[in-house]
Amino acid sequence: MATQHSRSAARLMMAPAVILLLGWMLVPLTMTLYFSFKKYLPLRGDSLANGLEWVGFENYVRFVSSSSFWPSIQTTLIIVGGVLFITVILGILLAILLDQPMWGQGVVRILVIAPFFVMPTVSALVWKNIFMDPVNGLLAHLWKFFGAEPVQWLSQASLPSIIMIVSWQWLPFATLILLTAIQSLDSEQLEAAEMDGAPVLKRFWFIVLPHLSRAITIVILIQTIFLLSIFAEIFVTTAGAFGTKTLTYLIFQRVLESQNVGLGSAGGVYAIILANIVAIFLMRIVGKNLDA
Amino acid sequence: MARSVTSQRKTINTVAAWTVGLLIFFPILWTILTSFKTEADAIASPPKFLFFAWTLENYAIVQERSDYMRFLWNSVIIAGGSTLLGIIIAVPAAWSMAFVPSKRTKDILMWMLSTKMLPAVGVLYPIYLMFIKLGLLDTRIGLVIVLMLINLPIIVWMLYTYFKEIPGEILEAARMDGAGLREEILYVLTPMALPGIASTVLLNVILAWNEAFWTLNLTAAKAAPLTAFIASYSSPEGLFYAKLSAASTMAIAPILILGWFSQKQLVRGLTFGAVK
Repeated sequence: MATQHSRSAARLMMAPAVILLLGWMLVPLTMTLYFSFKKYLPLRGDSLANGLEWVGFENYVRFVSSSSFWPSIQTTLIIVGGVLFITVILGILLAILLDQPMWGQGVVRILVIAPFFVMPTVSALVWKNIFMDPVNGLLAHLWKFFGAEPVQWLSQASLPSIIMIVSWQWLPFATLILLTAIQSLDSEQLEAAEMDGAPVLKRFWFIVLPHLSRAITIVILIQTIFLLSIFAEIFVTTAGAFGTKTLTYLIFQRVLESQNVGLGSAGGVYAIILANIVAIFLMRIVGKNLDA
Repeated sequence: MARSVTSQRKTINTVAAWTVGLLIFFPILWTILTSFKTEADAIASPPKFLFFAWTLENYAIVQERSDYMRFLWNSVIIAGGSTLLGIIIAVPAAWSMAFVPSKRTKDILMWMLSTKMLPAVGVLYPIYLMFIKLGLLDTRIGLVIVLMLINLPIIVWMLYTYFKEIPGEILEAARMDGAGLREEILYVLTPMALPGIASTVLLNVILAWNEAFWTLNLTAAKAAPLTAFIASYSSPEGLFYAKLSAASTMAIAPILILGWFSQKQLVRGLTFGAVK
C-alpha cells in the first residue's frame, strides 16, 4: 500500500547507495577501458597530460599471447576450485560432527571459527615461516620425527600449499553456514528414516544433503567472490613464483612492478570478463534459490 | 521424542570434535605460544610446547620497532569509519527496498552484489591515479571511502534481509498513529532491526579489518593499518619466529576477541540472512 509520496521518498533514500556504487563501478571501469587501448608506460615518460598513443587492441593481444596468461587462468581456477572443494566437503563433515550432542560444544565452535578472524597477511606469514619453512618449520620437525625428508612446501608443492592455507581460512565460514543449516533440519524426519532402517549413508544422501543444497550454494557464491581476488596469500608466500601466479597477481605485476599500465589494464578487462562469466553463472543459481 | 544418546556415543563425539577443533585452532595457538618464547626456544629442535622460559621481550621489541599503536589506531579508524559510513548510506536504501519494493528491487540488489565481483586489480591503477590527483593516497579518509564502497553491497544486502523480516503491519500501525518517515525509521524500525544492524556492523568491521589488497596498495607510512604492519615482517625479519609471532598476535588479537564475544550475531550475519 505504498503511496506516490512514499515511493518517491523511497527512491530518494536509495539514491545515495545506487549513485555511489554506480560511480564506483563506472568511473574506474571507463578509465581501465581507456588505458587498455593506449600505450601507457609512466616510467618511460608517458603521461596523461601529454596525451597517450592509441594502440588499438595491441595490449589485449600481447596480454593473451604472453606465456604467463593461460597458466595464470589455470592457476586461478585450480586455487578457487581446490579451496571450494576442500571447504565444502570438510565443512559438511565438520558441521555434521558439531551438530552431534557433546560436551563443550560452544568452546569447540569458538575454536573452529577462529581462523576466519585472522587477517590474510598474518595467516600467510605464519604458515610460510613457522609451519612450512623447510628447516625450522613445525611441519619439517613433524616430517623428521617420522623419519621423512622435510618438504619444501612453497616451492615444491606450491599450489597445494596455498590451497591449504586458503582453505584453512575459509573452512570456518563454510562450516558455520552449513552447521546453521543442519540445525534447522527436522530431526523427526531423520529418526523416522532411522527407524525404517535406512543406513547412515542413505540418510545423509537423501535427507541431509538435499536440505543443505541452499546453504552449499551460498557458501560457493560468497567464497568464489572472495577467492577470485585472493592477493595477500600469494603476495606474502611466493610473490607469484613457482607457478602460483593467479590472474589477479599477473595483472598486479604488469601494472605495479613493470609499470605497464596499458597492458595491465587490458589484463584487468580480461579479469572483469572472467569474473562476470562466473558471476552470471552464480547469480542465476542464487537468484533462483533466494526467491524461495 | 528425544533421541536417546548413550553416554558412550557422546564421549566419542566429544573427543572427535575437540580433536578436530584443536587441530584447526592449533596454528593460532602455536603462534601465540611462540610469541612468548626467546628466539632460541622458538626454533629449538625438537620444538618446545609449554616448557620454556616465558618472556614478554618480543612484544617490547616489536612495539619499539614499529609503533604498534599507530597501526592499530589506523585499523580502528579505517574499519570503524568505513562500516559506520556504509551503515548510514545503506540503512535508508535497505529500508526502501524492504518496505517499498518495486519491480526493479531484485534487479538492483543483484546488480549491487555484482559490483562486488569487479576484480579490484582490474581498477587498481585508475583508483591509484585518482587518489594521487585528489590527494587521498596514504590517507585514512581515502581508505575509509574505498572500503566503504567495496563493502556497501554486502551491507545493503544484509540489512535488506533483516528488514524484510519485520512485519509491515507494525509500520502501518505507526503510520496510523501519525508517525512520519523519520519517526518510523528512528523509533519503530531501528529498535527492531538493531540485532540485524549489529551483526552487519560486526561482519563488516571484520572484513574491513582484514582487507589486504587496497590497504596494502594505497597506503605507505602514514595511514597504514595492521595489514601493512604485519606485511613489513614478511622478510627477512620473518626468520625471527618469536618476533613475527608477537607481531601476528598483536595484529589479530583485537578482532579475534571481538569475534569470539559476538559469534552468535556473527553467525546470522555471515549467512547474509539467507540460511536459517
